[in-house]
Amino acid sequence: MRRAFFAILRRDLALATRAGGGGELALVFFLTLVVLVPFALGPDLNLLSRIGPAILWLGALLATLIGLDRLFQGDEEDGSLDLIRASVLPLELAVLAKGLAHWLTTGLPLALCAPLLGLLVALPAEAMLPVAATLLAGTPALSFIGATGAALTASLKRGGLIVPVLVAPLTVPVLIFGVSASNSALGGTIPFLTPFLILCALSLAAIVIGTIAAAAALRQAD
Amino acid sequence: MHESCAASLFGLRNNVLTLRHTSFPSLALTAETVTCRRGGRLVFEGLSFSLGNGEAIALTGRNGAGKSSLIAMICGRLLPAEGSLRIDGAGDVPLPELIHLVGHRDGLKTALSAGENLAFAQGLLGEAAASPEEALTAVGLAHVAALPVGYLSAGQRRRVALARLLVSRRPLWLLDEPASALDASAQQMLIGLMQAHLVQGGAIIAATHGPLGLDGARELRIGL
Amino acid sequence: MASLTELANPTRFMRYSAVLLPWFAGAALVLLALGFYLAWFVAPADYQQGETIRIMFVHVPAAWLALMFYTMMAVSALGTLVWRHPLADVAQKAAAPIGAAFSLICLITGAFWGKPMWGTYWVWDARLTSVLVLFLIYLGIIALWRTLDEPSRAGRAVAILTLVGFVNVPIIKFSVDWWNTLHQPASVFRMGGPTIDASMLQPLLILAVGFTLLALALHLVAMRAEIMRRRVRTLTIFEAERLDRLAAQGAAA
Repeated sequence: MRRAFFAILRRDLALATRAGGGGELALVFFLTLVVLVPFALGPDLNLLSRIGPAILWLGALLATLIGLDRLFQGDEEDGSLDLIRASVLPLELAVLAKGLAHWLTTGLPLALCAPLLGLLVALPAEAMLPVAATLLAGTPALSFIGATGAALTASLKRGGLIVPVLVAPLTVPVLIFGVSASNSALGGTIPFLTPFLILCALSLAAIVIGTIAAAAALRQAD
Repeated sequence: MHESCAASLFGLRNNVLTLRHTSFPSLALTAETVTCRRGGRLVFEGLSFSLGNGEAIALTGRNGAGKSSLIAMICGRLLPAEGSLRIDGAGDVPLPELIHLVGHRDGLKTALSAGENLAFAQGLLGEAAASPEEALTAVGLAHVAALPVGYLSAGQRRRVALARLLVSRRPLWLLDEPASALDASAQQMLIGLMQAHLVQGGAIIAATHGPLGLDGARELRIGL
Repeated sequence: MASLTELANPTRFMRYSAVLLPWFAGAALVLLALGFYLAWFVAPADYQQGETIRIMFVHVPAAWLALMFYTMMAVSALGTLVWRHPLADVAQKAAAPIGAAFSLICLITGAFWGKPMWGTYWVWDARLTSVLVLFLIYLGIIALWRTLDEPSRAGRAVAILTLVGFVNVPIIKFSVDWWNTLHQPASVFRMGGPTIDASMLQPLLILAVGFTLLALALHLVAMRAEIMRRRVRTLTIFEAERLDRLAAQGAAA
């Protein structure tokens, strides 16, 4: 069973790094979003630095959600999902492996690059670590909440925007606590740990609920 | 050549594996008056059959008669509207873990090499039997092991998918149009693989348009 | 399916490029060494910007090359779509990462230059922002190359994208300038222009030529690598099919 889990994990990581895997696309999209914001708001660095954590969080959220429709669709199209259904691994663990691979190739790089992109919005140095930490703790929630949406739309011929539409409302708490924890580093009355621990709790809960829900959705596909 | 290759490989594996499994344990798949509906439409009804060790069924019927639906049902992906499908003799192992599916889609990732695809299937399905290299040799594709599947022709991809049957050991093979895109010699190879599986006490259900070419296979015609 | 005739014209390219490559690389090396020597030891520090002005010697050539490579890609795109030249999409594919690298160098050196000037690494200055958008366009083109597996199909798709981008670049430049002047006075940078002293202009020109030759040498190497990659791909597919036919004949016999 452990072998099957790692087989899925290893395969998805390999697919993401191969040409056309699209693992790096989320990063480019993140960069694009961060670049677009000042064009709308104006290049006022004081304003940008005040809303910097919010920009980075919104960018990371959208970059994660946009690509999620492919999470199960690729496997459904080429028949790999039938193999996964027939494996010795419970479907929940298969979803966990796929969600983990998604996070490792999307959420993790986004969180690690966020401080660098923070330079573009003049994020103060003391806010960089908190932003990266909140993204690190919060993006698993996005991957796994998104996995449910992806599982529900796995057999649709065109997923496209439906997954973000389904999933975005469910990510509101993650956004609230992620941004408020990052902002606490910029001053304010809330200590960093309070929203941060809630964010961690949200991620853990999302991993459990998202995994079970996605597996249930995949089971009754067809 | 494929046939003898496959047979000798199986002979070899058999000898090695004798210590662990002599052959598959006795199993029986029974369908009782199964009715299938999809989207409210009646696809077939009152289908009954049983399948034991060393037996093969060739599913025939016109397009849309429900061959793929029956296969989806045996996989557990589709529930019978009426009737039941059950497996006896497997203890508490659920049906999906006894089947080896080669569906109408190949189930291969084009970005991964043939060998990587088979290694993945082996890890996923458990009960390792032949190694990916041995399995590719058995289907006459040892030379493409390192090539991305995206480079292969449709017939070659089909053979890689069939090689999956050899990398892990499961008693019930479910094949949906296994011979599609295969040329005459590859079809002979497929028949050799199926015969070897039956000799070991495995069972096969194959949906097919043309004749399956497998001696002793019963024909089950479905559809209204 | 790839055919062997496709390799005919590239073969001639491989022969010529093998001859040209050492000359390009050698000349680039000499000019870069000379230029950096002049820039580092001979050129004076700026009376306003101090030693940081030396960043200009990398920054300006990088900006120039980022634009030049995009123009080259646009010409190659025409070559792919209009003249159907077999090497055009190879040239285009090889140019994209090099152009992206130079725009990234331009951005990074711009940030280092900005730090002492503005007290922050990044300011939404019109020129830098335009290069950043150009960098994003480069990344999109590279992403499209990586997504489409089959070279000839990818070549046409990328050519269309490149040309659309090329038409858009002046529009983007104009809009960014307009956006920028709405919010703040003109750029802090004074690149080129009549104010630059000859003692700075000379190393700058030498370095610009040196970097251009270096970039062209890199482009040749990348094109050769791409041709080789396609040959390997074609030959592996051929080999797989040939072995298959052999096996089938063996089985029939």
